[in-house]
Amino acid sequence: MRLFAAALLLMGAALAAKTAPAPAANDQAATNGTYPQTLAEYGFFTDAAGTKPAPGVTPYRLNTPLWSDGAEKARFLYLPPGAQAKANGDGLLNLPVGSALIKTFKLEGRLIETRVLLHRPAGWVALPYQWNAEQTDARLVLAGARIDTRTPAGEAISYAIPNKNQCKECHALGGQVVPIGPKARNLSAQWLKDFARAGMLDTVPKITRRVPLWEERAKAPLADAARGYLDANCAHCHNPQGAASNSGLFLAWEITDPVMLGFGKRPVAAGRGSGGLQFDIVPGKPAESILYHRMASLEGGVSMPEVGRASLDRDGLQVVEAWIKGLR
Amino acid sequence: MRMPALFIAAATALALTAPAHAKTIDVAAGDGAQARLQEALIVAEPGDVVQLGAGRFVLTDGLSLDVNGVTVRGAGMQSTVLDFTGQQGAGEGLLVTSDDVTLRDFAVENTKGDGIKSKGADNIVYYRVRVTWTGGPKETNGAYGIYPVSSTGVLVDGCEVSGASDAGIYVGQSKAITVRYNFVEQNVAGIEIENSRDAFVNDNFVTRNTGGILVFDLPNLPVMGGGNVIITRNIVFGNDTPNFAPKGNIVATVPRGTGIMVMANDSVSIAKNHLDANPTAHIMVVSYPMPFKDARYIPTPRNVLILSNEFGLGGYDPAFDGGAELLAGLESRSLPNVLWDGLGQPPRASDGSNSYALSLNLPSQGSGLGQARPKVLLLPKDVPPPPVPVSQASKAPPYPGAPHELEARITR
Repeated sequence: MRLFAAALLLMGAALAAKTAPAPAANDQAATNGTYPQTLAEYGFFTDAAGTKPAPGVTPYRLNTPLWSDGAEKARFLYLPPGAQAKANGDGLLNLPVGSALIKTFKLEGRLIETRVLLHRPAGWVALPYQWNAEQTDARLVLAGARIDTRTPAGEAISYAIPNKNQCKECHALGGQVVPIGPKARNLSAQWLKDFARAGMLDTVPKITRRVPLWEERAKAPLADAARGYLDANCAHCHNPQGAASNSGLFLAWEITDPVMLGFGKRPVAAGRGSGGLQFDIVPGKPAESILYHRMASLEGGVSMPEVGRASLDRDGLQVVEAWIKGLR
Repeated sequence: MRMPALFIAAATALALTAPAHAKTIDVAAGDGAQARLQEALIVAEPGDVVQLGAGRFVLTDGLSLDVNGVTVRGAGMQSTVLDFTGQQGAGEGLLVTSDDVTLRDFAVENTKGDGIKSKGADNIVYYRVRVTWTGGPKETNGAYGIYPVSSTGVLVDGCEVSGASDAGIYVGQSKAITVRYNFVEQNVAGIEIENSRDAFVNDNFVTRNTGGILVFDLPNLPVMGGGNVIITRNIVFGNDTPNFAPKGNIVATVPRGTGIMVMANDSVSIAKNHLDANPTAHIMVVSYPMPFKDARYIPTPRNVLILSNEFGLGGYDPAFDGGAELLAGLESRSLPNVLWDGLGQPPRASDGSNSYALSLNLPSQGSGLGQARPKVLLLPKDVPPPPVPVSQASKAPPYPGAPHELEARITR
């Protein structure tokens, strides 16, 4: 926890100090066609434990993040020297070739895995790295891995590091790998301002409706908290170009069509995932809504998301339940 | 150096048909099968064959393939078994998301969700693949056995599927499809073609399912307007397994004992099939029965042709409300071969005495069976086709079926 807090504190410092002239990160590893076998080869960090970002590596956070068995996450964005991200309205920042997104997961105080998303000339590539027992480096696990660990709530789980293809399952949009997290609407106004001031973003985008800060969701409109959660946790598959496009259930922030959002919508390929229920969302009735039922399940073939969780997100469930209950 | 254009063209053609470094990656059953097999599926390159050894691969997670032009080949559907009985994660056993893939000669057992799913995977071949839930029909089995979706070019040939709690072979939101020579038993639906076009379903053996072959179109989906389907030379026999689909799924509404069922499709021919011992109805032609909000959707079936089928005994134990009362009123003690809900235009038929249908004579789309005013009628030989939208009038639909290249990929 302390390590990660330190990393977040560094955020300000990293932004204040303009891009260093000499690249500390290994641009070769990030952009050539190979799969680096260890995280250290990229040179994204100056320490072995991957907490001190090298020049050009900027920590960031998402207002409402993807939930992964309660794992603590540290996120970093790498831009090669002289490169600049471009704002794209309230959507995904446009990151140039050579950029990378780095996300480290921690459970029980230990580094579990680091996922690296590299923008190569041929497109984005997603690679998973598993930390060693000594916590000194992380090794590429193309085929993924399983680790017995505990959630912050104390539940014993078999935690799954996704394989390379599973990375793409969530990150694919129209068949191409793309980042999910850094959408301007899900980043803080201050961070965007600082990032632009540091010369790493062309302009500060105007955001009409920002995804609320998850830990301050009680202060936000319930619909925003719930829709922000669904956007961050479901919409990468449940969108017209995502892995769940054939379901017709689309949960992104900007969707307004009630049937696409699941209101009174019958399932198409849910199988036993339906739990004997008729509709994805029955306004006012979370217990009769397939969406809630699948979020509240731990059973393979039923639970949603299909990958990336082995326990229940009670906070997320609470928000979605309250939202459905209040729908008319 | 300038290369002669002809040489370049030849080299390019060669590269397309047989990548220079195409190789075989052998994967044996045994310890660490999960990681070894998944890694092989990741590092494979176009043209490669991932060769699975004989034996039982004990797997804990779903597998996936995302490389174009790869063949995954086992030692036979009884010899190479991917065993997902202990599966902990993922929505299916094997997921394919790349084009020009061939899956052949292996089995998938007891997945928690679907058996094999291919999504956005154009020109895929499933050949002599078996998907089985070994405990028989159960609501807790996965939904689909073989599940190609959102794809153009699908060939499912010589496969066996049993135990699926939705459909054994399900092709959804796809086009240019052939489903042939398969054996599907004890699924809720044997074969289902849904929101798809240009499908040829021939020479399958379809038995002991709840419903044999379903051709459906559903509202509120990205791809709709299913049709141009030929169902021919199938043996659809004794589909009498009680419906075990979880409620909420459209197939949960299919009455036990249905042979071939067409719902809300355009241009479906049902010809030269052999239908026997289907206790509710050999052939059912109906509209989508639920309320819906979707202006693009047409809930009625259009241009359905029923021709030269052979009918054995059927309709002797209909599994829908009021079925028993209907039966009691008939001297033959069995319903006619064709059941039509009476909405839209009747199907065409020219099978003489086989062309009698029971019309439920429902007053409107969405009416319940309680509003049925059943009557027996002789199906017409000719029905004026409904008006074709101007945008489509000039286009002749393609002949249904998968591209020939897919058939050429498998040698018999």
